[in-house]
Amino acid sequence: MKPDDPNLKRLEPPKLTVLEQTYLPQILGGLAVTGRHILGAAFGGTAVTVQYPEEQHVPTANYRGVHRLNKDEQGRVKCVACMLCATACPAHCIDIVGATAPEGWDDREKYPESFVIDELRCIFCGMCEEACPVDAIELTGLYDLTGLSREELIYDKSKLLSVFDMTKDAEPMKTGNPSPSLPQPTTPLDPEGPGPRSTATAAQLPSRS
Amino acid sequence: MATWQIAVILVKIFLIVGIFQGAVAYMIMLERKIAAWSQDRVGPNRAGPFGLIQPLADGAKMLLKEDVIPGYVNKPLYVLAPAIAIIAATIGFAVVPFGPAGIDAPTINGHPIHFQIAPNVDVGILYVFAIGSLAVYAVILGGYASNNKYSFLGGLRNSAQIISYEIPLGLSVIGMVMLSRSLELGDIIAWQDTNGIGIIPAWGILVQPLAFVIFLVSAFAETNRLPFDLAEAEQELVGGFHTEYSAMKFGMFFLGEYLHVITVSFLTAILFLGGWDVPFVGLGVEDTGWIAALIKVGVIFFKVALMVVFIMWIRWTLPRFRYDQLMNLAWKAMIPLALLNLIVTMVLIQLFRGVG
Repeated sequence: MKPDDPNLKRLEPPKLTVLEQTYLPQILGGLAVTGRHILGAAFGGTAVTVQYPEEQHVPTANYRGVHRLNKDEQGRVKCVACMLCATACPAHCIDIVGATAPEGWDDREKYPESFVIDELRCIFCGMCEEACPVDAIELTGLYDLTGLSREELIYDKSKLLSVFDMTKDAEPMKTGNPSPSLPQPTTPLDPEGPGPRSTATAAQLPSRS
Repeated sequence: MATWQIAVILVKIFLIVGIFQGAVAYMIMLERKIAAWSQDRVGPNRAGPFGLIQPLADGAKMLLKEDVIPGYVNKPLYVLAPAIAIIAATIGFAVVPFGPAGIDAPTINGHPIHFQIAPNVDVGILYVFAIGSLAVYAVILGGYASNNKYSFLGGLRNSAQIISYEIPLGLSVIGMVMLSRSLELGDIIAWQDTNGIGIIPAWGILVQPLAFVIFLVSAFAETNRLPFDLAEAEQELVGGFHTEYSAMKFGMFFLGEYLHVITVSFLTAILFLGGWDVPFVGLGVEDTGWIAALIKVGVIFFKVALMVVFIMWIRWTLPRFRYDQLMNLAWKAMIPLALLNLIVTMVLIQLFRGVG
């Protein structure tokens, strides 16, 4: 549209009255707004701050916090070392060393011998979660990710699996919930008892609260 | 001067300086609280009940932080600048009256106690402005000694602002001075108390409303308070003259700023809000006995506290000025308006009071 187009609608700001030109009514109006907030927060209890250590914030279901590696019904890591998450990761923070699956893991050819996520590099975009074909990697609602050294924040496989143990009750897996009635093997890598892959569908699962 | 008089003055100095420096600590806490409340937050509440020990924690932090003096600064001036800031802000209190003194006032050795460090200084208000204008040396030396072009520009910017706003500040006060025919702050309060119509007192805010607005705006700019705090606009202006200062030296600039806020609040209360005058109660100028004096001291402190809260309230209401807007406001609006106010006051005084 050209500047001299007759269809061009020109908007002019409304003319200020003399009183408005002094800005005093607006300033008084602004003072009324902030005054209301000050009195409300000071005496009316309208402050919205969460008093963190005493009150815990509950993030929404789609919050992207610390990762976990899901386990299947036998307590084996679900990951099949396909490298899709590491490929999808824009921050290149996932490092997987794949290996041939142990004897008896009939449902897959590979498993991750080592699975390391550098939480310091991670940007919590959730691409790994999107990329995973077997829903092995998920982001949990844990947001208080802290550590006393940089090494502490490089999460290896056991740590990622322990995050799963920590959060599985509060946040069930988005797909493939391990049934609690099945006997849990002692170690995640216990090659005993090959089981069928999880056939549960999303509809059968309790929704993540 | 007798020994006891010197002792009384020293006690007053220690009391007043101590009280105000303590008040500054709690003003910083109040400021943080008001900042929080206006944003629907809670504010500092960890140190002690309701966060009341927070000022001590802040002070301890200021003192214990590493006090860096960059290698490239002009060291004597660099150290001198915050000292000037705090000294200039403190000695302004010398002539500020906190309560009445009269014939039946509380006495020592038959001499009435003045609630004022240096009583009966005839040039009272001029002294306050003269001392107040010394603060600009702190600003410009801080910027210059930092040997950093951003700090230097910040210092220049800020000193230009302070000097510009001193003109309307001074002009706005002249109206009250002409009306009360005195530069002594106590006399100005007495005039406001005695010249009312019926029970309505002749407070400066009623007889000089335009001067009140000009004084208030200029006072905000003088004390570097928002919306005129271009000294600390880090986001827009890479900090100001105190960018290179750390720990307690920065704290001293801060302390100076807050002491300045107290001075300005006192001046507003005295010049425009009737000082220790309480309307509708029947406490007149002549009531200066122990009880009346203490009530009046309480009243003026209450008014000052209200002003301080108002200054902080404004801070979280108005956005910061751009530098050219700030200068335009001073030179194109404030100074002409102050002159207009002066001329109108002058004409009205001549018409209604007659010559002399």
